[in-house]
Amino acid sequence: MVSFNILITVAVIYTMLLFGVAFYADQRAQRGPSRWLRSPWTYTLSLSVYCTAWTFYGAVGNAARSGLEYLTIYLGPTLVFLAWWWLLRKLVRIGKAERITSIADMISSRYGKSPTIAVIVTVLAIAGTTPYIALQLQSVTLSVAVFTEFPTGNGGGSDLNATAFWLSAGLALFTIFFGTRNLDANERHHGVVTAIALEAIVKLVALLAVGIFVVWGVSGGVNETLRAIDASPVADWQPSPSRWTSMIFLSAAAVICLPRMFQVLVVENADERHLRTAVWAFPTYILAMSLFVLPIAVVGLAVMPEGSNPDLFVLTLPLELGQEGLALLAFLGGFSSATSMVIVASIALATMVSNHIVVPIWLNTRPAGASMSGDMRQVVLLSRRLSIIAVLGLGYVYYRTTGGSAALSAIGLVSFAGVAQVVPALIGGLFWRGATRKGAIAGLLVGFGLWIYTLFMPAIGAFPSSMLLHGLFGADMLRPQALMGFTDMDPLVHSILWSISLNTLAFIIVSLVSFPTPMERLQGAAFVNVFERGDGAVSPIGGQAETEDLLVMSQRLLGAREAQTLFQREATRQGKAGYLPDPTPDFITLLERELAGSVGGATAHAMIAQINGQTSITVRDLLAVADESAQMLEYSSQLEAQSRELEQTARKLREANTKLTALSVQKDAFLSQVSHELRTPMTSIRSFSEFLMEGGMDEQAQARSAGIIHEESIRLTRLLDDLLDLSVLENGQVVLNVQTARLSDLLDRAVSSAGVGSSKPDGLEVIRTAEDEGVLLKTDTDRLTQVFINLISNAQKYCVTDTPRLRIVVTRSQDSVDIDFIDNGLGISPKDATVVFEKFVRLTDQASAGSAGLGLAISREIMLRLGGSLDYVPGQGGAAFRVQLPLVWVERVG
Amino acid sequence: MSKTVLLVEDEPNIIEAISFLLERDGWTVRIHSQGDDAVDAVLRVAPDVLVLDVMLPGRSGFDILRDLRSNAATKGLPILMLTARGQTKDRELAESYGVSHFMTKPFSNDEMLGKVRDLYTASADKP
Repeated sequence: MVSFNILITVAVIYTMLLFGVAFYADQRAQRGPSRWLRSPWTYTLSLSVYCTAWTFYGAVGNAARSGLEYLTIYLGPTLVFLAWWWLLRKLVRIGKAERITSIADMISSRYGKSPTIAVIVTVLAIAGTTPYIALQLQSVTLSVAVFTEFPTGNGGGSDLNATAFWLSAGLALFTIFFGTRNLDANERHHGVVTAIALEAIVKLVALLAVGIFVVWGVSGGVNETLRAIDASPVADWQPSPSRWTSMIFLSAAAVICLPRMFQVLVVENADERHLRTAVWAFPTYILAMSLFVLPIAVVGLAVMPEGSNPDLFVLTLPLELGQEGLALLAFLGGFSSATSMVIVASIALATMVSNHIVVPIWLNTRPAGASMSGDMRQVVLLSRRLSIIAVLGLGYVYYRTTGGSAALSAIGLVSFAGVAQVVPALIGGLFWRGATRKGAIAGLLVGFGLWIYTLFMPAIGAFPSSMLLHGLFGADMLRPQALMGFTDMDPLVHSILWSISLNTLAFIIVSLVSFPTPMERLQGAAFVNVFERGDGAVSPIGGQAETEDLLVMSQRLLGAREAQTLFQREATRQGKAGYLPDPTPDFITLLERELAGSVGGATAHAMIAQINGQTSITVRDLLAVADESAQMLEYSSQLEAQSRELEQTARKLREANTKLTALSVQKDAFLSQVSHELRTPMTSIRSFSEFLMEGGMDEQAQARSAGIIHEESIRLTRLLDDLLDLSVLENGQVVLNVQTARLSDLLDRAVSSAGVGSSKPDGLEVIRTAEDEGVLLKTDTDRLTQVFINLISNAQKYCVTDTPRLRIVVTRSQDSVDIDFIDNGLGISPKDATVVFEKFVRLTDQASAGSAGLGLAISREIMLRLGGSLDYVPGQGGAAFRVQLPLVWVERVG
Repeated sequence: MSKTVLLVEDEPNIIEAISFLLERDGWTVRIHSQGDDAVDAVLRVAPDVLVLDVMLPGRSGFDILRDLRSNAATKGLPILMLTARGQTKDRELAESYGVSHFMTKPFSNDEMLGKVRDLYTASADKP
């Protein structure tokens, strides 16, 4: 026998486990996105909050009483998820784009952020959900009672009331702790969702375990079970088409519109793509939940004593058959079902109550200046917490006053029918741009009223029986369960028929005859065409966080980037991360000044005052001003862009002109230098040839003259060769004659061509290091040798010391080979090092050096063509030039 | 006392040609082969005629010309300028600085000799 104390201990340990899981998940989420928190499976499992204690326990009871009718509760959601998944996608997309916090927020946002609608839906949700919360409390206390009373059948009622009280208190604590830890813009609660997902697994496992025990442990197999079902009175049940249709409609509506379903489906959704998994996984989950309902009902009816409550078969059947462990698991399953529903429902309801009732009232009653100083977040959090306590308190009071007499499933259906009243306004608003605020209010009020009158009041036994029999004021036509003389109808079908059809009718007719405000048009378009706009869409003004609204407005006026930068800078200054600083007076002043730049001081002040709750102009005006101003900004920025473009073109022209002028100067200088280089040898040639022509010179003078003429002719020829060479190289017309040769051979050739040898005792001494010279080069070897010759003869000409020496150092690195030519002369000053590669530059005074100053220019061009480089290396003691050749052209020897 | 020509020129072969030409005609030819201290050389040698190249190592012939013309001692010195660049704007520049004659390389020996003689005669005629 499981004692009360053991049961409570198990329940408390389980609850602590949930606390732990929720706490860990919250901590984990704060450290950044984690894989399983963002998993589509967690999302799918959290949707199972649809399956409450009503489905866990009540489905079996329903099957025992009404046969297969319980299936409708599963068919509705399956239909929505499989056939209407695009509707879910639209809801989720809008929920994200508009930062929707609840079903009331969703519908009121659609109709121009109408506070009236928000209040109506909130009240409707409270009315529909409170009995449902009471139902969960009842189911837990009943299940506790089953253990404590079994098999005697009597137990202390006061104990049960205490159980219900402490359960409510514990759930309130959990919900406050994890439901209002922070005020996220997206209203997501990782801890809660994770705990709910865990509970989803527990309840599925529990129900499957009981089912497997019943089918294989009690009946003795599948065939025997099927035979037992055939034989049982359940099989005789005849379905009523109208009731089936109504119930499928109700459960389909409920899976979207129930506050707790909307919370997990839309508000807690982390990623729209999770729906792809959920659309098949969630129907599979509820299929598994319904799999063993009929067998448990049938076996329970057969095994349990006459008069046993079929709503509790899931628990009593294992107990009756001595399976206490299994019964305990079933208890935890039911406990999970009940608690998860209560937690999510109270979060959803508290958000609505707080956002749409408490906070607006608080904002209206405080003095006008308070908005500047008050810490809005603390107020909102406190309001949420009080709302949670109020919602759970209401549920508890409801449980105590109704005494838990009604059959479990009856209350569930009543709740479903209540929240289904938002369907016309919600679905109509999503697909029909013509739907108006007035239409929605009319439909909601008509549906709500009819639901209260025809279903809710009779169900909770609030009407005297005379009224049910004879109608209000004795008017037959107004009998709550037989309006206009529609007698002999199932009360549920009757209520649904009247409330939903008149609700829809009122919604459509009033929408058609009323005129939407601009704000409504704006929101209507945003909702209906949600898939047509970009992801960056922002919601119009009216949320709960002031700074966010200020940011939204500032983005419209200043442009997204500027506004974000402004807000981020302020946030950083206040020591906060992100884009939302506290709206301190300083910041408000700063913002006003910034906004004044684009809309003028008075308007900026009015706009900020508006957001702070001082209604001097309407939201509509505000939006109009903002949008017009944005258009003007757009136009002016277009003009700016054009003028920038013109300026750019002008600058490009100027640059081109400067370049051309520079080129022209360069060309003049070049021609002038070429002229000089050509005319100088010509002068000598002409002069000496004239002497020779005159005759009368002695033989020695004749020979001397002829020698000079010869020498200068050679100089001229070399100059012309160099010029042509340079021209070809610079134009890139050079054809490389690639050959393979050993570097040492090329250097040998260059040294001897330059006329350096041991023959002259005071001549240049060339020192070479043999180690790396063995490298095999694949390049234009003639050209490379030309460069070497130029460098060696330069050293020969310009290295003026007593013992001129030239070191040729070869270094092989990973991707290139360096050949350094370092002499022991005076070197080149840094200033000259930059011009040494220019054409016609000779640094020394010796015109007799015998070249036109084109050597290094040509050498550098050659190295560029060979894919390498030629540079002056400073700080080597003398003049040092480095020839660098990339490895592409280099191959190792053997 | 023989007539003296100072030749400021850096090309050895041209120096040799002009020296041969003028010395054969009885001139004393003094050589200065860079631009740096050419003005000092002129003041020191005090030639009858100066033959000045434009492109000189160290200092341009134009600068030297300008200095000489602003110096009282050399204000009236006959100066024959030689250039290998052969651009009209060079000639205009030299004339604006007060050159006596401007000649483009290559020149004929007769032309060179005739010019030096003319410049000398013209300056000698002056009081």
